Amino acid sequence: MKRDKGIQEFKTSTWSAGAGCHGGCGQKLQVKNGRLIKVEGNEEHPWNQGRACPRVLALTQFMYHPDRLTQPLKRVGARGEGKFAPISWSEAYDFCEEKLKAIRDRDGAEAVVFVQGTGRDIGGPITFLANNYGSPNVSQLGLSGQSCYTPRLAAMKSTVGDFCVFDASQFLEKRYDDPAYSYPEVILVWGANPPPTCADGFFGHWIVDCMRRGGSQIICIEPRHTWLSSRAKYHLQLRPGTDGALALGMLNVIIQEGLYDQAFVERWTVGFDRLRKRVQEYPPARVAAITWVPEELIVAAARLYATAKPAGLHWGLAVDMAPEGTSVAQALTHLWSITGNVDIPGGNVIARPSHGVTTYPYTTEELVALFGQEHMDRASQKRIGADRYPMVKGFRAWAHPDLTIEQIDSGKPYPIRAAWIQSANLLAGQAARTKFHYEALKKLEFVVVVDLFHNPTTMALADIVLPAATFAEKDSFRSWWAPLGVIQKAVQVGECKSDWEINFEMARRLNPDVGRRYATVMELFNRRLANADTTFDQMVARGCWAMPPEGATKPYRRHERGLLRPDGSPGFNTPSGKIELWSTAFEGWGLDPLPFYREPAQSPVSTPELFAKYPLILISGSRISTLFHSEHRMIPWLREKHPDPLVDIHPDTARDSGLREGDWVYIENDLGRVRRKVKLSLTVHPQMINTVHGWWMPEEEGAEPHLFGVWSYQINQLIPGPQESGSGFGGGQYKTTLVRLSRINEEKG
Amino acid sequence: MSRHGLLIDYHYCTGCQTCEVACQQEHGHPPGQSGIKVTEFVMKGRTKPVIIDHLPFPTELCILCAGRTSRGELPACVKHCQANCMQFGLLPELLEEMLKRPRTVLFRPR
Ligand code: SF4
Ligand code: SF4
Repeated sequence: MKRDKGIQEFKTSTWSAGAGCHGGCGQKLQVKNGRLIKVEGNEEHPWNQGRACPRVLALTQFMYHPDRLTQPLKRVGARGEGKFAPISWSEAYDFCEEKLKAIRDRDGAEAVVFVQGTGRDIGGPITFLANNYGSPNVSQLGLSGQSCYTPRLAAMKSTVGDFCVFDASQFLEKRYDDPAYSYPEVILVWGANPPPTCADGFFGHWIVDCMRRGGSQIICIEPRHTWLSSRAKYHLQLRPGTDGALALGMLNVIIQEGLYDQAFVERWTVGFDRLRKRVQEYPPARVAAITWVPEELIVAAARLYATAKPAGLHWGLAVDMAPEGTSVAQALTHLWSITGNVDIPGGNVIARPSHGVTTYPYTTEELVALFGQEHMDRASQKRIGADRYPMVKGFRAWAHPDLTIEQIDSGKPYPIRAAWIQSANLLAGQAARTKFHYEALKKLEFVVVVDLFHNPTTMALADIVLPAATFAEKDSFRSWWAPLGVIQKAVQVGECKSDWEINFEMARRLNPDVGRRYATVMELFNRRLANADTTFDQMVARGCWAMPPEGATKPYRRHERGLLRPDGSPGFNTPSGKIELWSTAFEGWGLDPLPFYREPAQSPVSTPELFAKYPLILISGSRISTLFHSEHRMIPWLREKHPDPLVDIHPDTARDSGLREGDWVYIENDLGRVRRKVKLSLTVHPQMINTVHGWWMPEEEGAEPHLFGVWSYQINQLIPGPQESGSGFGGGQYKTTLVRLSRINEEKG
Repeated sequence: MSRHGLLIDYHYCTGCQTCEVACQQEHGHPPGQSGIKVTEFVMKGRTKPVIIDHLPFPTELCILCAGRTSRGELPACVKHCQANCMQFGLLPELLEEMLKRPRTVLFRPR
């Protein structure tokens, strides 16, 4: 690894802190005298093939930022006063151990909630800590309706028996050059703007690769005009939240016109006739009225998608955030299923964690494999939401976020005493009804926050702050689809530790069994990597990645080859062995086994009076490539590119409200008001506005009441809750809330 | 004067600004300075209701990564461009390439 002039080069994989993202790419870290000096894309890594993103290239500014947390801290003033004193790691561990044990003895382990943010490296270690402590309550607290990927995962699992992803050749070592691969003729991109991010373990620019190298045409389902929509063959500019109707309308066209793959449907699916009957309720004319998409466009898009061979479908968060997100995701799963695009090159391929290795357990099944059936059964009895929403128990063993915050507030049916919040700045990020979350969390007697910088969450809530490492400062591993990857430590910054190290040490103290099972955290990694017949060191030696071998975790056409079912017979991993268009899993959970449409809780249709008062539909959470969620606001190279929280307003709408470019406005509704700077933009529909989320000002006062300006800029203050999906999964109103604008009459907002 | 240039296939430039930060990291430019800067164009279009284009422009600070290219490496922006829409090469060769591809722009920064 020696390079010139005393520079050492570490090849590694990314995930989480630093670049912030869902990770997966290969980067080369150049280190001199123990300090990271440069990041270079690793051209040998099949994921990114040498490319990088702005966030990872700004890593030096992130890691060595003067405000970086580098020592454990203990609160010394009142909570929120912003007074902390450095303590040693052993003092911090002792203190947390004592508090957490006392709470467990008094109120039971379920009285502690373990909180994570989006799907990152944290998923493995936080589940490990919570389960070894004995708490069933791990939660993406604040994320109303668990509306991030879980609805999509649940729908796929309940229909196909597995998860699927759009195939951009990411499971193949030679990528696009592998002869087994074919570019899709058409990619249906639904509720996603892939270029800015690598959401859900998918490098956004793979879509661009398919367009540029493979000539793939795009059908874009998106309320805004985006770069992608301006390159699309068809752009269906739907009203936010009406995705379910549009999906059913497209299924209607495909089924009515006989454009589905009849041989595939016959051989590999069940429930088609019932689906056919259901879609009769959604003729294109009705769907056009619901969605605001012209009927001809719905028909044309459905025809193009169904007749292209192969066709891929790539989707995003907006699917989950539609009302009944799980049902919307089911309808989209049906689109690729009835057109025979399952597990074929350029279609939607079955995605399993590479080599069968678990890093971040997504499902109850994986948790059972790690912690045992008996433990999980016991945990399920107390898990928040398990009695209300069968999917909490049956699919994703997490505490339900909306119910968790209600319980923290009410103390019913049992009290919550403490929170362990790790890599989740929820007060500036995912928390809908932010003030309610803030007030409820303030009632807790003990809060630990593990993070990399002070932020509104550490300031408002933390009794103990633990400094976490970026991916460049830690050993870890990932198996989010493919390839299997390891992350190797290149440097140390201050006293920062990795989430795995911190949680392993805490788990060892809270459950003596952990120490008996694993001498070190590395032994734990190696135990989990054993499924791939490899070790951490072997993975580092081979460049930190390995593509799945022939078998269950490598495409294509595994259902034909008997690679999906535990009994080894051909078919899918469902009770019937077929793709269940009429889902027996949903039926078992008391849900509608077929997809259906529900109007957003707030909309011109469902709440006309509210719409008269608040005539704009707020789309929040749109992504930009230089900032990930609530991160990176303090990184000079990144912040300069987006210095202010902007709201996109159509010029006609702005003119009617007397607003000009650069004015500061309040976006407001009954829940409050939030500041934004006006950007006039043709990209939004005149009846909608669009804004980015995650805003706080690290350069402003951190202590209460200011909390880095979070109450001025946090857009999720306006997002109502609790979510209203019948399944409990989907429907956080982050993209469908009604608001109005009012001008701020000041020099500068 | 360099015989090299940058050919940019702006049809595929997504405006991700990776090139800007790549250059800033490579050359240690402070915020506010970079060898390349991306501009966004949004307007009513002819074939689409709204078109969105981006154009990365090499500024006076662009030295075509003399150090990297002399070692046989690609310029920092070209290598890291997420859309792979930038090409570094000899001007005559890039011009040949340009003749084959519409919606491209050829820069000779120095
Ligand atoms: S060629 Fe080098 S110096 Fe020029 S813009 Fe690209 S990165 Fe900057
Ligand atoms: S990195 Fe490439 S795609 Fe991104 S803005 Fe620069 S030129 Fe465009």
